Amino acid sequence: MWSVDLFANAIVAGLLLGGFYAAVSIGLAITFGQLDIVNIAHPAFVIVGSYTAYIINRHFGLDPVLIGVLFTPVFFLVGAAIYRVYYAAFERTGQESLSGLAFFFGLMFIIEVLLIMAYGVDYRLVSAGYIGRTINIGFVGIPFRMLVPFAVATALTAGVYLYLSRTFTGRAILAVAQDRLALQLMGADPVKVKQFAFGLAIATTAIAGSLLIIIGPVEPSVGRQYIGRVFAIVVLGGMGSIPGMAIAALILGVVETLVGTFMGPSWSPAVSFGVLLLTLALRPSGLFGRK
Amino acid sequence: MIKRRSFMRATLASGVIALAAASGSLLSFTAQAAQPIKIGFSMALTGGLAGAGKAALIAMELWRDDVNKKGGLLGRPVEFVYYDDATNPATVPGIYTKLLSVDKVDLVVSSYGTNEIAPAMPIVMRNKLVFPSLFGLAVNDEFHYDRYFQIMPAGPEPKLDWSRGFFELAAEQKPKPQTVAIVAADAEFPLAAAAGARKNAQAKGFKIVYDKTYPPSTTDYTPIVRAIQATNPDVVFVASYPPDSVGMVKAAHEVGLKAKMFGGGMVGLQFAAIQKNLGPLLDNIVNYDFWAPEPTLNFPGVKEFLARYQEAAKGKGVDPLGHYLPPYAYAYLQVLEQSIDAVKSLDQAKLAAYMHETAFKTVVGDVKFGKNGEWQKSRVLMVQFRDVQPDNLEQFAGPGKRIVVYPKEWKSGDIVYPYKK
Amino acid sequence: MKGRAFWASIVAVLVAGLILTQVVSNEYYFNALYVILQGAIMAVAWNVLGGFTGYVNFGSAGFFAVGAYTSIALGKTFGQSLPLPVMIATAAVVCGLIGLGLGYLTLRLKGVYFSIATLAMAIVFETLMNNWPFVGGARGAYILTPDSHLWFNSYIEMLFMVMLLLTLGSVAVSRALNASRLGRGLAAIRDDEVAAECAGVPTLRLKLISATLMGAMMGVAGAPYPYFVTFVDPASAFSLFVAVNAIAMPMIGGTAHWIGPVIGALLVGTAQQVITVTVSSELNVLVVGVMLVLFITLAPQGIVGLAQKYLARRAR
Repeated sequence: MWSVDLFANAIVAGLLLGGFYAAVSIGLAITFGQLDIVNIAHPAFVIVGSYTAYIINRHFGLDPVLIGVLFTPVFFLVGAAIYRVYYAAFERTGQESLSGLAFFFGLMFIIEVLLIMAYGVDYRLVSAGYIGRTINIGFVGIPFRMLVPFAVATALTAGVYLYLSRTFTGRAILAVAQDRLALQLMGADPVKVKQFAFGLAIATTAIAGSLLIIIGPVEPSVGRQYIGRVFAIVVLGGMGSIPGMAIAALILGVVETLVGTFMGPSWSPAVSFGVLLLTLALRPSGLFGRK
Repeated sequence: MIKRRSFMRATLASGVIALAAASGSLLSFTAQAAQPIKIGFSMALTGGLAGAGKAALIAMELWRDDVNKKGGLLGRPVEFVYYDDATNPATVPGIYTKLLSVDKVDLVVSSYGTNEIAPAMPIVMRNKLVFPSLFGLAVNDEFHYDRYFQIMPAGPEPKLDWSRGFFELAAEQKPKPQTVAIVAADAEFPLAAAAGARKNAQAKGFKIVYDKTYPPSTTDYTPIVRAIQATNPDVVFVASYPPDSVGMVKAAHEVGLKAKMFGGGMVGLQFAAIQKNLGPLLDNIVNYDFWAPEPTLNFPGVKEFLARYQEAAKGKGVDPLGHYLPPYAYAYLQVLEQSIDAVKSLDQAKLAAYMHETAFKTVVGDVKFGKNGEWQKSRVLMVQFRDVQPDNLEQFAGPGKRIVVYPKEWKSGDIVYPYKK
Repeated sequence: MKGRAFWASIVAVLVAGLILTQVVSNEYYFNALYVILQGAIMAVAWNVLGGFTGYVNFGSAGFFAVGAYTSIALGKTFGQSLPLPVMIATAAVVCGLIGLGLGYLTLRLKGVYFSIATLAMAIVFETLMNNWPFVGGARGAYILTPDSHLWFNSYIEMLFMVMLLLTLGSVAVSRALNASRLGRGLAAIRDDEVAAECAGVPTLRLKLISATLMGAMMGVAGAPYPYFVTFVDPASAFSLFVAVNAIAMPMIGGTAHWIGPVIGALLVGTAQQVITVTVSSELNVLVVGVMLVLFITLAPQGIVGLAQKYLARRAR
C-alpha cells in the first residue's frame, strides 16, 4: 500500500488541510493563547461565518472568500460586544475561570440551536468557479478546493502576526497578555485593548467560516468537530505564539492525513488528541509557548 | 288513588330513566363513533435526520387527510400524536412510554432511521403492538418480533440484499472486473451495508484490495480516495451518509479515480438538493435507490401523490421533489389502513396476521412482507445517473436522469460501463 | 443541614420513592424521573471537581459513556444475567481510575489545561468505542431488557429505584466531602491554589481524590443507562448534550453547596422533560444554553446563592 506518490500526496494534502486549520485556530490563539479567555464557542462563530458565506453566495453569487473579508467588520463588532458582556459579568468580578467557561459553553449551544431553528440541519454548500478543479504537479494533485483556503489562511495568519508584532494596538494586545499592569502604566486601557483583541479574533471567524464551506458542506453541529482540534492546535503550538500555532496546525493536518491514508481514517481523531494529551503530559507549554 | 299516582309516578320515573339511559347510550355511541383513532409515533423533526423526518411527516399528514376525507378508519377520524425525538435515541423510550401510558394511543408506528426505531422495540414488544416501521436496516434481526413490518424494500436479508445488485452488475460486465475497494463511514447503516458488500463481493469471486472506514467528522476525502486509487480497484463500493457522499463524489472527481464502477450504498444521492449541487459529477455513478421517475416504476397513484407532496412541501425546507422517503411514508400507512379496513377492528393480533399474509397495493407498488417483517422480495434498485446538467433541479423530476439498471424486472435501461471514459 | 435532619430526609425520600412505585403505575413518569435523577448524579459528580475545587470538566460525557460501555462489555462477556450492582461497581472503578489518570496527567498544570484534556479524553474514548466491534463499534449495541425485575411491577420501576438510591448515595458522599477537612482543603484550592499550597494543603493529592471521585460517580450514572435506553451507540452516549447538562445543572443550582447541583438538576431536568413532550426536543438545547448563560451572568452563585442572599436580607 505504501508508495512514494501516495506518501507525497498525503503530505501535501496534510499541509493544505493544516493551513486551513490555522485559519480556524488563529482567533482562538488570540483569545485563549493571549487573553486567557477560554472561548469554547469559537468554532460556533466559524459556522456562523460559513452560513453568512452561504447566504450571500446563494443570493448574490459573490465569491465566498470575498464575502468572508467583507464581513470581518461585522464580526469584529459582534466580538467586541460579547467581550463587553463577558468582562462586565466575569472578568471584573474575577469569576472567569469557572463561570467564563460555562458562559461560552452556553453561548455555543445557543448559536447552534438558533442556526438550526433558522436554517434547519440540511448541509449547505457554496458554489465557486474553482471548486472541483485540480492542478497536477508531477504525481501530486492539488485540488483548488483545498488550495484556495490554504492560500487565504496563510495570508490571514501572516497578516494577523504582522499586525500583532508591528502595530501599536497589536503590540498592546501582546502586552496585555503578558503584563496588564505595565500596560496600564503605559497609558493604554487594558479593557479596551482586550475588547479590540476579542473583536479581532471573532473577525477572523468570518473568513475561516467561508473557507470551511468551500472545503465541504456545513451544517450547524459541524462546529463541535472542531472544538477539540482548535484547542489542541493552540496548546500544542504554545500559548501566545502565532507562529507556534501555525506550525502546530500544519503538524496536526499532516498527522491526521498520514494516519487516515495509511492506518485507516477512523483513527485520525484519536491520534490528534493523543498528541494533545502527550503534549500536556510532557511539555505543557507547547512547542513555542512562553513558560 | 295513591296507588295510581304512585304507579304513574313510577311509570314516569322509569320512563324518564329509560329515556335517559337510551339517550345516554345513544350519546356515548355517537361519542364512541366520533372518538378519534390515535396513531402515535416519534419523528426526527430536528437533529441530523430532520430533513427526511419532516418530509416523512408531510407525507403522513397527506395520508391522514385522505383517510379522514373518506370517513376515517372504522368510521372514526384519525389523529396523530407525535413528538420530536431530535434524532436522539435516548428520547425514544420516554416518548413511546408516554404515548402508550399517558396519551393512550390506539396504534403506533415508528420513527425514521435504525437508531430511532431500535429503542422503541422493547416497549412495543412488551405491549404486543403491531409496529409498521419506516426505513431501518435489519432492526428486527436482533429482536425477531413477529409484529414488526418494514416498508423499506431491502428484502428478506437486508444487509446482503442492499448491495447484491451492485455486485451482480459488476460480475456481468466483460471483461469481468477483478478487484473491489470497500469504504464506509463509521456509523450504523454504512457499516451494515459494507458488511453485506464484503460478503457479496467474496461470493462473486472478487478480490477485496481496500476495506476501511472513516470517521464521519472527516473534512477532506481526497486522501481517502487517493489511498483507494493506490490499490487500483476495478470496482469501488462506498457506504456513506449525505455529507460524506458529497465529499467522496467530489474527491473522486478531483483525484481522477480510475475505477470502472463507483457507487453502491451512498445515502444522499437520492436527495434533490444534493443532486442539484453535484450535477454532472454524478454521471455514471451506480447507486441504490428505492424509486425514480422512470416509466417502469409508474405505480398507480404515485405521480398524483408526489404532485400533492411537492405542493405541500413548498417553503418547508425539505426535499422539494420527495422521491426517496415520502412515497414510502405514505405507503406504510396505506398498509395499516387497508389492514384495519379488512380486519374491521384494532385487534393487534388480527392485524399482524393479516399483514403477514396479504399483498398490499400502495403508491409504491405491491408490498408483501416476508421473514422478520421485511419485504419478501428485495426491491433495492440500482440506478445510474446519466447526462446530468449542472445546477438544474427540475431535470430530476422526470425520467431519463436516473436509469434503473437493476433488477431486471424494473430495468429502464442498460448500464454504461466503465464509469469513467 | 444537620446530620440527623439530613439522614432523616434521605430516608424519607427513599420511602417516598418506594411508595411511588406502588401507587403510580404509569411507566412514563418513571422514565422521566430516571432521566432527571441521572442528571442529578452527573451534576453532583461534576460539582465535586468543578464547584468544590474549581476545575472545569468538559468531558463529562466521556466518563458517563465509559460507564455505560463497561456495562455493555460486561454484559457481552458474562451474559445479561450479571446483576446490576456488579456492573455499577465495576463502572465506578474503571471511571474512577480514568479520572485518576487524567488528573495525574494534567492537574499539575493550570486549570484550563485540565479542561481541554477532559475534552480530548472524551474524544479519544469515543474513537476507541467506535473502533471496538465487541461492544458494537459505531453501529451501536442492542441491550435486551432482562426478564427479572425483582418485586417491582415493571423493569423501569426497578431502574428508577436503583437511580434513586445512587442519587441519594452521591448526595451523601458529596455532602460528607463538603463538610470534611478534605472539603475545606478543596475550597482553599478553589479560592487560591497558590496560597493553599503555601499554607500546606496537599493540593495535588486532594485534586486527584476529587477527580477520582468525580470519575467514579459519573461512571455510576452511566452504568444503568444501556438498560434504560436499550440501544447505545457512541454518538449518543458521548453526546455533548450530556456534558452541557453536567455543567449547566450545578452552575444554575449553585456550586458552593452540595445541594446546589440537586436543585439545578431538578429544575433543568424537569423543564427538559416537559419540553420534550410539549414543544420540541431541539428546544431543550436552547433552553439549557439560555438558562446557563442567564444564570451565570446574572446569578453566578446559582439558586443557592440567590436563596442565601434572600435569607440574609430577611435576617437583617
